[in-house]
Amino acid sequence: MKVSAIITLKKDVLDPQGKVIHQALDGMGFENISEVRQGKYFEIDVNENDPKKAKAVVEDMCKKLLANLVIENFKIIETQ
Amino acid sequence: MKSSVITFPGSNCDRDMDVALKKFGFTNKMVWHDDNELPKSDLVVLPGGFSYGDYLRCGSMASKSKIMQSVINFAKSGGLVMGICNGFQILVETGLVPGVLLRNKYLEFICKNVFVKLDNKENTYFKNLNKDVLEFHIAHNEGNYFCTKDQLKEIKDNNQIAIYYCNNEGKVEDQYNPNGSIKNIAGIFNKEKNVLGMMPHPERMIDQSLSGEDGSIFFKNLINNIK
Repeated sequence: MKVSAIITLKKDVLDPQGKVIHQALDGMGFENISEVRQGKYFEIDVNENDPKKAKAVVEDMCKKLLANLVIENFKIIETQ
Repeated sequence: MKSSVITFPGSNCDRDMDVALKKFGFTNKMVWHDDNELPKSDLVVLPGGFSYGDYLRCGSMASKSKIMQSVINFAKSGGLVMGICNGFQILVETGLVPGVLLRNKYLEFICKNVFVKLDNKENTYFKNLNKDVLEFHIAHNEGNYFCTKDQLKEIKDNNQIAIYYCNNEGKVEDQYNPNGSIKNIAGIFNKEKNVLGMMPHPERMIDQSLSGEDGSIFFKNLINNIK
């Protein structure tokens, strides 16, 4: 089954890329924005039919490699 | 004295480091990332470059490569491990030194000479060094050192800050911070001070006619301390 993971920067970590994107959007006329934060999205096809087990595997991956927990949070979404 | 330099796919300062180590008396071996065993070494160096194309996060893929388990065991048994630039990024990803290296504050790749102030000489790397300020070279896109408040307190309490960005007189101020690093931090030790990670490249400052000699001072002192 497919499991997705979204990695986002923690609140107090500076995100200069997000800031620049925000400025660009602002310049394009999207003025109604208070903040932009950039993150990462992973779609992982796990050979596992039990959603609980599949999610647990991806959670382990996030903790060990996909996210750096000093600066990032992760959220796991079951997609299929 | 024996040293080993680990080459990862995408390392590009490994041969510079080899030249520097040999110039000052080390018998150096180049070690491939896919090897299992580390040769007998007094010093292991993780060199600069762009290991694995900086995929995912700088240093993250390299930190999981085969040889790193031996490097981690070597470090945990008290062996000297030094990570320069990308090597520093690899070290933080292994957890051997605390914190992370974020993208430079102003999103620029920075390539220039900087001055660094030594904060702690009670270790094999800087003991007996007769200078407090050294001129090294930096070349990086992700050198913005960051750690949590709790980590910062811990590294301060344990004297783990190795070097700060400063001016030629050793003044550590915001204006001399090239990349936004927390507290101008340019290099960090582990608790035991046998592992050193730093963004500046001492191996680029070993020839008066090409650059400067502060790297020479560093390496000469290092090999004397290890002997």
